[in-house]
Order: sequence, then C-alpha cells, then structure tokens
Amino acid sequence: MSDHPEPEDGPRQSPPVFLERQGYRRRRLMDAARLIPILGGTLFAVPLLWPAGPGEGGDAPVPMSSAILYIFGVWAALILVAVLFGRASLRWSGPDGSGGEGAGGGRG
Amino acid sequence: MASLNTLVLVCLAYVALLFAVAFAADRLAAAGRSTWLRSPLIYTLSLSIYCTAWTFYGAVGYAARSGLEFVTIYLGPTLVMVGWWWGLRKLVRVGRSQRVTSIADLISSRYGKSNALAICVTLLAVTGVTPYIALQLQSITLSFSIFAEADPGSIHNETTSVFWVAAGLAVFAILFGTRNLDANERHHGVVTAVAIEAVVKLVALLGVGIFVVWGVAGGIGPMMARIDASDIGTWGVDRGRWATITFLAAAAFVCLPRMFQVMVVENDDERHLRTAAWAFPLYLLLMSLFVVPIAVVGLSLMPEGSNPDLFVLTIPLALGQEGLAMLSFLGGFSSATSMVIVAAMALSTMVSNHIVMPIWLRSRGGGLSVSGDVRSVVLMARRVSIAVIMCFGYAYYILSGGGAALASIGLIAFAGIAQILPALVGGLFWRGATRLGALAGLIVGFGLWVYTLLLPGIGGGVMSPGMLESGPFGIGWLRPQALFGIDGLDPMVHSVLWSMSLNAAAFCIVSLLDFPSPLERLQGAQFVNVFDHSAGPRGWTASVAQSEDLMIMSQRIMGAAEAQEFFHAEALAQGSRRALPDPTPAFLERLERKLSGSVGAAAAHAMISQIVGRSSVSVEDLFAVADESAQLLEYSSQLEEKSAELSRTAGKLREANDKLTQISLQKDAFLSQVSHELRTPMTSIRAFSEILRDTEGMKPEDQRRYATIIHDEATRLTRLLDDLLDLSVLESGQVTLNMSEGNLEDLLDRSVAAALTGADRALRVRRDAAAERILLRSDLDRLGQVFINLIANAQKYCDARDPVLTIRVHDAGGQLVVDFIDNGSGVPEDFHKMLFEKFARVGAEKVRGAGLGLAICREIMQRLGGDVSYLAGQDGGAFRVSLPTRHEMAAQ
Repeated sequence: MSDHPEPEDGPRQSPPVFLERQGYRRRRLMDAARLIPILGGTLFAVPLLWPAGPGEGGDAPVPMSSAILYIFGVWAALILVAVLFGRASLRWSGPDGSGGEGAGGGRG
Repeated sequence: MASLNTLVLVCLAYVALLFAVAFAADRLAAAGRSTWLRSPLIYTLSLSIYCTAWTFYGAVGYAARSGLEFVTIYLGPTLVMVGWWWGLRKLVRVGRSQRVTSIADLISSRYGKSNALAICVTLLAVTGVTPYIALQLQSITLSFSIFAEADPGSIHNETTSVFWVAAGLAVFAILFGTRNLDANERHHGVVTAVAIEAVVKLVALLGVGIFVVWGVAGGIGPMMARIDASDIGTWGVDRGRWATITFLAAAAFVCLPRMFQVMVVENDDERHLRTAAWAFPLYLLLMSLFVVPIAVVGLSLMPEGSNPDLFVLTIPLALGQEGLAMLSFLGGFSSATSMVIVAAMALSTMVSNHIVMPIWLRSRGGGLSVSGDVRSVVLMARRVSIAVIMCFGYAYYILSGGGAALASIGLIAFAGIAQILPALVGGLFWRGATRLGALAGLIVGFGLWVYTLLLPGIGGGVMSPGMLESGPFGIGWLRPQALFGIDGLDPMVHSVLWSMSLNAAAFCIVSLLDFPSPLERLQGAQFVNVFDHSAGPRGWTASVAQSEDLMIMSQRIMGAAEAQEFFHAEALAQGSRRALPDPTPAFLERLERKLSGSVGAAAAHAMISQIVGRSSVSVEDLFAVADESAQLLEYSSQLEEKSAELSRTAGKLREANDKLTQISLQKDAFLSQVSHELRTPMTSIRAFSEILRDTEGMKPEDQRRYATIIHDEATRLTRLLDDLLDLSVLESGQVTLNMSEGNLEDLLDRSVAAALTGADRALRVRRDAAAERILLRSDLDRLGQVFINLIANAQKYCDARDPVLTIRVHDAGGQLVVDFIDNGSGVPEDFHKMLFEKFARVGAEKVRGAGLGLAICREIMQRLGGDVSYLAGQDGGAFRVSLPTRHEMAAQ
C-alpha cells in the first residue's frame, strides 16, 4: 500500500447508516443552512410579481417606501438567520473547526 | 471652501497612513504577532473591495435613474454569502488545500493543471477588469474635478491627475503586493489597508446618509413621504433585469479575480467564513441603506442636469458641509484605490504565473541549471504586470474619453467575468467536468459576451450602427442584440441569457463526450470530494529526482534562506542526518505545493517535472493502484473461503465424532450381542451333549434329535464365525475377485431361489425380465451373495401382511442400478446412517443374524467398484445396488 493516498489513516470506514440524535440534528441543521439562499432568492423574487409601472394593468403601482421596507426587511431577516446558523454551527464544530465536515458537506 | 490643494494634501496624508498601516501589518505578520490581523473582522472588511467606487458613487446615480434596481448588485453577493455552507466553504477549502494563487490557477489546477485554461481565464479576466480599473480612475478624477470646479483658483488637468492617480496606485500595489513570494501568498499589509479603507467608505456613506435623512429631510417619516413623492416614487423595475443582475452579481462575486484574491487566497482560516456569512451581508445592507434617500434628496436639491453619480459628493458641498464632503471624498477614494490595488495584484499574479512564467520556462528549455534567480524573475514579472495593467486601465480611460460610456462598463465586466462560473461550479461539484469542456464553455461564453455586449456596449464606433441594426453582412438572425431573431429583450438580459446558457451547454456537452486524462480525473476527485480527503495528490515518483537539483531550483524561487530551511525541516522530518531530504513522493508533493504558492500550480508542476522527469500519475500507476486493491480484495476473499472451509471441516469433524460415539455404543452392544449369540448355541450344545452323555437308555429318535440340534447350533456358530472372517478378509483387502461373465437375470434367479429356500414366510418377488437381460462381468458369486443377503433381509424384516419385493433394474447415469424395494414399513430414519456399519441392527429383538450382512454387502460392492445404499423416500424398505458399466455388454 505504499502508493495509497492516505497510508497514515488506513482504510476509510464507511459512514454509519444511522446517526445518534445529536448527529442527526447536526445534519438537519446543515440542510437548513442549504435552504437559506433558496429561501432568500425566492423572497427577493417576490417583487417580480408586483405591478411594475403605471402602464401595466389597472393596479396601482407599489410605492417606493413599501418596496424599500420589504427588501430591507427580508435582507435583515436573512442576516439574522445567518447569524443564528453561525452560532449553532460554532457550538457543534468545536474550537478546531473540524466537526461536521466530511460526508455531510462533501456531497453538498 | 476647501481648496484643491487641501484636498490633495488630505489625500496624500491618507495614502501615507495606509502605507504606514500596511507596512506595520507586514512587520507584525513577519514577526508572527499578527493574531488580530487574522481575525474574522479583518477578513469580512477585506471582502468589502466588492464595493468599488462604481458602487460608492454609482449606486446613487443608478438609484436616481432606475429606482431600486441598484440593490440587485448587493442581493446577489448576499445570497452567496448566506449560502456559504453550500459553495464558498468548499471553494475556500479547495483553495487552501491546493494552495491556489488565483482563480485562473484554481481552474487550471482542477482541470489537470492545464495551462491553456489558465491562459484563457487570465485573458478573460484582463479583458473584463481593465475597463473596470479605468472606471475607478474616472471616478477619482471626477471627484477631483468637483472640488476643482468649486475652487476657481486651481488649475486642474484631468489627464494629468488620472496619470498620477494611476501611477500612485501602481506603486502602492507593487510595494505591498509583490513584497514577498510566500507559499501562502498572503499579503497582510494590503489586506489590513483594505480593511481600513472599508471602514472609511462605510462611515462616509453612512455619514452622508444620516445627514440627508435627519439633517435635510427631517427624519424617517418625512423622508419616506419625500421618496414616495419623488420621480422614483413607485416600484418600476424591469423584471428581467432584476433577476439577471442579481444572478450576475452573485456570479461575479465568486469569479472576480479580486474577490477570489481576498476571499480564498488571503483566507487565513476557514472559520472566518462563518462570521463573514452574516457580517458581510450586513455591511452591504448598511452600504445601500441610504442610497435611495440620497438619490431622492439629490434629485430635488441639485440643479437639473447635474450628474447623479456624484450626489454623494455634491450634496454636502452644496449644503456647505465641507468636512462631510471631504469624508465622502475619502470614502470614494478608498473604494477606488482598494479595488484597483487588489485587482492589479490578482491580475498580475495570474499574468506572471500563467503567461510570463511558462514562456520563460519554455525559452529556457530544460536549462534550469543555468544560473539565474527564478525568484527575481517571478517578482519582476509581477511588478511589470501590475504596471502594464495600470497602463491598460489608463489607456482605456483616455481612449474611451472618460464619458458616460464608462458608467455602463461595470455590469458589462460582471457579465464577462461570470463566464467563468460554469467551469468553476462544474469543477467543484461535477467529477465528469473535463478540460476540453471547460475550454469550450469559456470560449463560447467569452465570444458571445464580446459580440453581444462588450463591442456594442463600449461604443466608440467599434461596431457600426448598421451592423447593430441588420446584423453582420445583413444576416438578420446574427444581430448582436437580437440573436436568433429574438428581439425586444434588454441588451444585458439578452447577452447574459445567450452567453451563459450556451456556455453551460457547451461545457456540459463537450465534457460528456470527452474522456479526461488520469491527472485530470485525479484532480477532479480531489476537488469534488475535498471534504473526504484533504490530503493532497501523490504526484511524483522520486526514483529519478535529484534532491540537489530540486534544492537549486527551489532556492531560486523561494529564496535561499527559506528553501534551505524548508529542505532542512523536511530532512529532519525524514529522520535523515544529511542536509538534503530524500526525494520521497510526500516531500515532492509538499515542495510542489510550496512552489505553486509562488508561481502557480501549472508552473510548479512543470518545473518539478522537468527535474523529476515525469509526472507519476500515469495510466500505468492508476492500474497499479487498481491491481493493488484487486489483490487486497482477492486476499480477503481467500481468507473468507478459508474460514468457510474451516467451518465446514469442523462440521464434518463433529459429524464424525458423533458417528464414532455411536459406533462405539454399537460395538458395546454388539459385544454383548455376540457373546449372547455365541453363548446361546454353546449353551444348547453343552446342554444337549451333557444329556447325550449322561442319560442312560435314551431312545434312538431322541438321540438323533438332540444330535441334530447340536449340529444345527454348531452350524450357526460356524456361519457366524465365517461371516466375521469374511468381513475381516474383505476389509483388509486380501480378497481375490473371481471375475466371470454372466447374465443378470440368471444371477437374480439363483439368488431368489437361494434366499427363499426354506423360508418360513412367503415373499412374492416382482421382476421385469426384459430389463434384466444384461450381460455383465463381475465376481458373480460375490454379487449373488449381496443379492441373496438383500432378498433374505426383505424376507426377514418386511412387516407387511402380504410381503412383496420388487426388483427393478435400470441404467442411471452410466451405472447399472438394481433396486430391491419391499412394501413394509422400511428402516427408521435414525438408522439410515448406521445401516451399513458392522454389527448394526435394526430392532434387536427380531434379529437372527449378527448384523454383519449389510456391512459385508457394502465391502463386497466397494471391491467390485460399485456401491450399495439405502434408498430413502420409497414406500417400504429399499436398497440400491449400483455397478459400474464398463464391463456391461449390450442387451441380448
């Protein structure tokens, strides 16, 4: 086995099929983290449904102040969610930052 | 009113401060006391070079022209940052584990360290970024001119000031961007200066914003009312542009060389992403929070026709807030300078590593031993590249006339840089992505971008109006802004749609059709599965490598002291006492990584392969690895087989042991039986002979009767002893067979007659005479003995009221088979195994023999080359005699 890429580690164990409760939570947290940008993209796409300009249909156009409030509100909420996820991931990854890597992230 | 001279003084003082900070940070980092330099805060702030002067000044102008659309420029990066777990984390990990120096290096490294790709990306980046640099120069000049207009006593020459600004920025970038040639390729000085500039521009924009909202409009409520009442008071965004620009900004955020530089190359710690994931979107939010208010107030305050791009500067000036105006100027200045410095650094790294170095290496041929310092060549190449790039920017500015055409160049540059995205994302997430695919995608995307957006966009008569109107040579469906006849789209949306989709399509299709080289596949696995194995590729076999040559080359690239230190450390780690380490694959790999930090992956790979001779990752090596795994697999399957065999043997042993125990019990039973069998006739012989001896005057018929009994018993004894003798002879193999030819039918006739003579019970025998007409060659007497025994057994043991024995003869698989089947209850299953053992007997009370008959039969049949066995599953007791057919003759 002299040419094997990781002779120090020996053969790699295949990951277990079932995880303990804590590990399971961690995985779901990662799933949630992956959903954040999708959620954000969807919310930022909502203004596309608003009537744009006076020329279109009979609906009154959305006032700029409401648009600003909506966009910046969603923006701030996304930041808040990112803060919370950062905190949560900090708790389980430990000081060395090596936790939670591996199989879960590799197929991301 | 601040004079232009004061402004220049402040500017110079600010630049001097940045110099000092960068210098101090570099010193701190060199001394190893730089913990706060490596903090997530500095990292986040350094990301803010995303906000250039184009966004600092331009966002307000953008908002004044098209409302909230400007915000898309920030929404894209926000989405990328909050989704860091998905993409950026992997990008940063790959960047760190592969020691990439630029985005071109990353792409080249992913696709088998291909230099063609690196050159392609570099050219794309230079084409896209040069106009962008010109835009920064323009913004600085414009802001100067604002102050110059306000100061009638000054002499302001635009061209000269642009030149001096460009020169100053080049000097700064050269001084701090090319100081060292670290393997890490991190520039703490520049990064720290950029972080300070980030704070300055944020404070400046917030300052102007707060002044506008609370100082001019009188609070949030009135401000909102004023916004709604203004020209941009309603939501009126082009939907296609909204989505397209959000996407473009997200793509450019990852692909822009300067963003890649600060985000991946300068990243000290992957965990900083966790903070930046929320802190950077927050920064962007704060940067854009007051953009609309400033635009609205500017539109109402400033005279008709004034440039909305400069509202950030002109509003405070018009309202007499000179301090605020100065701060705002510094903010814009910071935005421009930080962007230009980092972009020039990133581009120069790409140009020197992927264009200059390969050419230099090739021009030298194999002559790395020619004296000369590669290190100085690399550094010089970088310095010259920075200067050349700044010259390009300057020239572009002069040629384009610095007019409004420049303002649109920001988005055009984004669209160009975004062409890297398919190759980048595909490389990170798809192992099937190949070099040719990436190359095809890049070329298609780049070509379409130039044709549909860059050439029509920059104006200046590069593309004639006729061509725009009716297409090249009058071919309508090739019109640059209405490809394939699809008209009416916004030019930006149109270009991004076609270039990105065809880019991705070309990338995918060519990748699917192509077959990648081994190195490419190895790198692909390393990139895509970076979290599974962060160890690097084993790229070298060292048998031919010469440590000394490597040392000489490394000294030239890393500098003598550092190279010697590195080699010494490696030698120590190998446990060698010599100054030079053995060129093990691990050492070569580390050395390549270290060198690639200085000259890029492709060049480092090429340099080492010049000395080592070849890249070891050949198809043969992959085969060797595969063979090894196959051997392992085989070995383990052999082990499995052996263990299965062992357990089978153990099972057989257990069975044998059981049998032995049973036989021993049988033997004990037999001994008592034999004693009994011998004793019974002996007793009657003794008794009757005593009677004959002692009784006087016995009747002659009694005498005869007693003598007959004695004779019969003696005969029985003899028969028993004969059987025992017979068996022992058979078992010891001393028997001689008397082979002769005969008919099976006759043999059976004789056997049945012999077995049934004098039987006390009638037994009907059913036979098929036709099947029995077989000529065979065997020891017929012995065979007859077996038949007689089997028939007699049936006669003795068949418990049916009307006993019938069926004898069937047939050919089974090349053997002659004779079955003896009676209609009794048969032999209980427990006894099947023991039936042919010596002394075995079923139902002891019924037995007249000693249990040797079947044992003798089996011995005889085995001598004759056949067998006798019990046939289970018949209605009654059934025995099968099988004979080899090699002596058999055709039926008569």
